[in-house]
Formats: sequence, structure tokens, C-alpha cells
Amino acid sequence: MTHDEVYAKVSEVLMDALAVDEDEVTPEATLTGDLGAESIDFLDIVFKLEQAFGFKIAQGELFPDNVTQDPEFVQGGKLTPKGLEALRQRLPHADFSKLDADPSVAKVGEIFTVSALVRFCESKLQAAG
Amino acid sequence: MRWLWIDRIVHLEAGAKIAAVKNVASSEDPFGEHFPGQPVMPGSLIIEGMAQTAGILVGHTGKFAEKVILAKVSDATLQADARPGDTLLYEAELKSFDTVGASTAGTVSLLSPGGDSSQPSEPRRIGSIDLVFSHLDQNRAGAEFPEHNFVFGPSFKMVLEQSGIKTGIEGGIQD
Repeated sequence: MTHDEVYAKVSEVLMDALAVDEDEVTPEATLTGDLGAESIDFLDIVFKLEQAFGFKIAQGELFPDNVTQDPEFVQGGKLTPKGLEALRQRLPHADFSKLDADPSVAKVGEIFTVSALVRFCESKLQAAG
Repeated sequence: MRWLWIDRIVHLEAGAKIAAVKNVASSEDPFGEHFPGQPVMPGSLIIEGMAQTAGILVGHTGKFAEKVILAKVSDATLQADARPGDTLLYEAELKSFDTVGASTAGTVSLLSPGGDSSQPSEPRRIGSIDLVFSHLDQNRAGAEFPEHNFVFGPSFKMVLEQSGIKTGIEGGIQD
């Protein structure tokens, strides 16, 4: 599957799951900030990606569920260097440029951009051969 | 009595499909206001009926161990009204299921009493409702909920048992 085909499928999933228009889904758009995704939408997105691509996404594989609750990783509303590293290891597909500049917990959602999601799907497809 | 918006499960294929019916009665409370002299089943209650139907499918798939909560109405389209005397047929299939939740796709059909015949009409599809459910205990990091399964309490147990479906749900749970 080409990059454009993966992008088109991801884009379709997001339009469907988040009721957004095609022109809102840009590579840099963040799921929570720009596209208005809420926590339960992530579950919906995971299910729809699985159906669209035919692979299985394990719990916490795409969206981590416990990093921001761990006091070792978060202090004073900001991710510690250790927390950032943990997140980076768990989410190699994510876009950390903004979070590195301002590691506030509130900004964690910004690592989930449309292109991060596309990268994630591409790596899953590659792993599946 | 809990708010039940389905009367009987007419078909259940474990982990795959479910169908339930709801007989719409003129004595139902919402018709006093929805609308005076023009009883029409509120669309929101049709969504609730689908949520109960599909929720039972999700619960059954997880052996009723999880608290299955409606998390999202992904899509709901209804193109005709249901009125007293009609029977609503809810059919849902499981699209996805994992530890944190599930998603279902469903259709709503109407069986109306026939004119000269006492037989109801063939089901007429009037809409579709797609839902996402959450397994509550798997999704609220840190939040604590009562130990007992308050979702699948006595009311759902009654509907399931009257429909001939074994639940394994223990009795005596507070509703």
C-alpha cells in the first residue's frame, strides 16, 4: 500500500469517527486540538483503523493509557525527562517536536497528529509484511 | 423497575449478532408530551433501545463480567416515525470487541399492524444506528466504581431469561 493510499484511509477513518470535513484533515492537524477528538473517540479510531487495514492494535499500543498517571513521569503538570523518554519509546510514530519544547501534560495530545497516525499504520503494515 | 426499552430478544448469535423487539404502546409515558394528540416514539428512545440491544450483545460476548456503558453514538439515522401499535425491530452486529470496549452496527425496522389482516407487515427498515461501548472498569484509570455489575442487573436479567437466554448473572443485585 502506498503512502497516499494509507493517508487516504486514515483520513477517511478520521472523517467518519470525528465528523470532520476532508479539508480539516491535514498532516499536521492534531487529533485532540484541531480535530476535537475526546478520549472515547480514540477507542472508536482504533476500531475503525483495525477494520480499514485488517490489523490488530493492542491496548495502549497507539495511545498510551498510564504514562500521564505515573508520578515518576509527571511532576507539577509537566512530563519529566524520564516521562518523555517513556512516551517516546512507547510511541515511536508520534510527533514530539511540540512536546519537547513544552512538556506540559495538557500538550500530550499534540503528539497525535494525522501524520503520526499514518506513520503508525505504515509501520504496522510493514511489520505484517 | 429500570428503564427498559426492549421487550424481548428474538435472536442471539454469541459474539456476532442480536435482534430484539419493542412493542410501542399508547400507554407509554413519553406520549403525553411527545406529542400531545400525536404520539411518536422519540428518536432518542429508539437509540436507547438499540443501545440496550447491542449492549446485551457486548455484555454476552464478555460473559457479563464487564460493565458495558454506551460511550458514543457514532451514527444514527431514522427516516420514519414509530407509533403506538408498531413493533420496532432492533438488529445489531458486533464490529469490534476487545478488553477496553466494543463497537456495533445496527439497523432499526418497523413492523406495523396489517390493515385487514391481523398479521404484521414485513419489517421495513427505517434507520441505522452505530454505537461504541466502553468496558467501564478498563477505561477509568484511578476511578473506582461499585464492585457489583450495576449494568446487568435484575431488569436485563429478566429480559434475557424471558427470552430464553442463560446469563449466569447472579440474582439479588440492587438495581
